Parts: sequence; structure tokens; C-alpha cells
Amino acid sequence: MLKTRIIPCLDVNNGRVVKGINFVDLVDAGDPVEQAMIYDSAGADELCFLDITASHENRSTIVEVVAKTAEKCFMPLTVGGGVRTVEDVRTLLIAGADKVSINTAAIKNPKLINDAASKFGSQCVVVAIDAKLVNKSYRIFTHGGRKETGISAIEWAKNAEASGAGEILLTSMDRDGTKMGFDLELTRSVSDAVSIPLIASGGVGTLDHLAEGVTRGHASAVLAASIFHFGLYNISEAKAYMEKVGVAVRPIEII
Amino acid sequence: MNVAIIDYGSGNLRSAAKAFEQAVSELGGGTVQLTKDPDGLRNFSHIVLPGVGAFSDCMTRLSATDGLIESLQEQVFIKAKPFLGICVGMQLMADVGREHGETDGFGWIPGEVISISPHNRNIKVPHMGWNDLQIIDSTHPLLRDLPEGAHTYFVHSYHFVTKDERHVLATVNYGKPLTAIVGRDNLIGTQFHPEKSQRTGLRIIKNFLGWRP
Repeated sequence: MLKTRIIPCLDVNNGRVVKGINFVDLVDAGDPVEQAMIYDSAGADELCFLDITASHENRSTIVEVVAKTAEKCFMPLTVGGGVRTVEDVRTLLIAGADKVSINTAAIKNPKLINDAASKFGSQCVVVAIDAKLVNKSYRIFTHGGRKETGISAIEWAKNAEASGAGEILLTSMDRDGTKMGFDLELTRSVSDAVSIPLIASGGVGTLDHLAEGVTRGHASAVLAASIFHFGLYNISEAKAYMEKVGVAVRPIEII
Repeated sequence: MNVAIIDYGSGNLRSAAKAFEQAVSELGGGTVQLTKDPDGLRNFSHIVLPGVGAFSDCMTRLSATDGLIESLQEQVFIKAKPFLGICVGMQLMADVGREHGETDGFGWIPGEVISISPHNRNIKVPHMGWNDLQIIDSTHPLLRDLPEGAHTYFVHSYHFVTKDERHVLATVNYGKPLTAIVGRDNLIGTQFHPEKSQRTGLRIIKNFLGWRP
């Protein structure tokens, strides 16, 4: 059977990994390629690089990070942040990314999802959604969570799927960096509204939070950053816990 | 050994090349080259066809290089060099692909490539992530030294239904059994991505490189 993926996310700023607390207050936590190699050998199921300053600054550093990582790590790699054009998608795929996540640019121009999916296949197009509860409904935000759009998260996820997205990466702005756990209602309502896989993100502070994302949030994969980066838990502890509570995960390789 | 990786603009090209370079170096040497030169294919011992995206799009891009498909036919189907197709590269061995219309494949392994189309809404498509192989032919050299229940990384919305079930070496369960590995004679195809399947993937690549069909 298909296993739930545990995905450490490395937020990258100018080629360096930083931790994300509500998208501000960044603390340098190391070299991305080295971290990727550690997660590779630790048995992470996939890696995510998020270029958090990409919307405003030079993006070539992330391409280099991806290329160097792909030389050393033979595991699935998702890259996002500041992806604006089909050419950006192509550059990252050629560098070695398996999936490219598109956020702001897809909202501004939904045709980008369609164009990227028809060129490279839906399987490599991830639509990243940053959502927040506003007046009792989940709305999406752009520009790393700084701009409100007024668009419903659920409607946008359905649109993204119809436009050819192969996966949704859903981040709760309210929970990101809080260690209070995923926004399960948000996660479940978006996951149940689409028939493509969904990665839950934002708020993981304990191993139980990871498991809840699947059992109660209906996510296909769970993403976390700081609990792994700062050694609070490692991948094998996360997998052992998931297994214990009945969430099937891939065992750490023994060959 | 000299490994040709067919370069036709497939997104997983570089990852495939890097994984093959790693496998070759672990085996003690050889070359890995990206190529789309039809005449040059005769100089290689192994031929790898990576592929992501849509069946029809991959076929169109392969056809864009004059003589490439004919040269593949000759080197692989007639001269019987070990061939590995990855993901859509595996699917292209079918007679026909039914993604975005109907497109002829190489016709090396009889069958068709159709949508996964699950009946159960909990089964999300693409089939994306790690799934354990149900090995049918454990004697095949490609599957040597693989532990029971080895996991590999899948990402696909279409699957290969062969006409002859003997051409299926392994399946994977996703609502129903889907073809994970096809093979006959000197031909092997994996629906999953060995270049993204960590040590298990490298093991399969090394097995392929050591294979003398």
C-alpha cells in the first residue's frame, strides 16, 4: 500500500537554511545540501526546499542548491518559492527537482498551472496554498503570507486541481511556527474537496501532530521544519510513532 | 560498461544521470552519457529511457530527433541490448498510450497505458509516494538482493496493462494491483523512479547494469 510521506522542509534564504516562525524572525540553521544529505540517510520520504526570499531577490542560488542536492541525494525533491513562469519550472526540474510548487504566481495567473502541467505533466506541479481563518472562513494569502486575496482556500484548491495541479501543499498561516499542530479543519476540508494528494503544513510541534494530519486532517503527506531541524525529533522516531498509532509509513531502508 | 541515457528533454534526465553515475562508480567504473545521437547508440552497452509527463508528449519529443526511435528499435529490439525504461519511458514500450488521445508506443511489450481511474474517492491520483513492491518473478536478475517489501517511489496517473501477464515482474497495490515492473528478454521497465528510490533504487540500477540478458 501507499505510505504516508514525512517531508522535512528546508526554508532557504540566499542559499542558507532558515527556520520559519510566522514567516518572519529568521534564524540561520545551516547548509541546505548538508542538511539534505542528513535527511536522505535518515530516511525522509521526500525533501522540500522553500526559497522564502525568492519573490524579491535573486533566485539563482536555489537552482544551485537543487543541482548540488540532486547530485548527492537520490530521493524526491520538491522546490518552491518565487516560481513565476514556465521557464522557472523548467529550470528547477532540469536542475533536479521532481516537483515544483507554485504559489503567488498561480493565483495571479491560473493559466500558469495549466501551462506547466501540459509541458511537464501534472505530477510535477504542486500548488502551494497559504491559508488563514478570516471571519470564520479560510482565505488564501500570497507573497509569503503578506497579502490577502479574499479567495476561499477550498475553492482555490478545486480550481488548482481542475487546472492540472498534481498536488496541493497547504500551509496554515495561523499555525505556522506555533508548534500547536496543523489546522485540522482546514486540512480536512481542503483534502476532502480534491482528488489529488495533499501535503499538510504549518504548526507541527509533536509527533502526534504529524499523525493527526493524516488521521484527522486526511492528508497524504505531512511536512515539518523546526521539529526536525533542531533535533527535537528525528525521522525514525516520527516513523515509529506513526506506525504505533496505525499510520502506515515506509520503514527506514536496511540495504 | 557504457550507459546511454536518452536525452529528449525529459525532466528527470539529470537525476537519472546522477543516479546512474553513482551506481556505475559503486560497481567500479564505466561511463554514463546523455545522448540523442541515433548513430552513436551502437557504441553503448546499456540504454536507458527516462521519462516524465504525458505519453503523447514524450513520444512527440522522441520523434523530433530524426532516426532516434528507429535506432532504439535496432539497438534494443533487434540487437537486444539491455534496456531500462523509467516511468513514461517504461510506458512507451506498450502498443498504445491513452493519455491525451491515443498515441502509438514502441509495441515492444503488448498492452496499453490507461488512466488509473479509481472508484474510491479516498484513492488520490496521481499515485504519489512510496509503495511496496509485490514481486512476482523473484528470480529475475533485476530483483536480486531486494529485501521483502522493498519500497520504491511512484508518481503517475496512468498505468501499463500488459496483454500477457507473464510480462509483469512486480505489481504495487493502489486500490488494485498496478504494474510496477515489466520485462521480457532484454527489456525492463519500472513504473517507479529508481533514481529517486534511495538505496533500493540504486540496488535496482546496479542490478540492471550487471544484467547480461
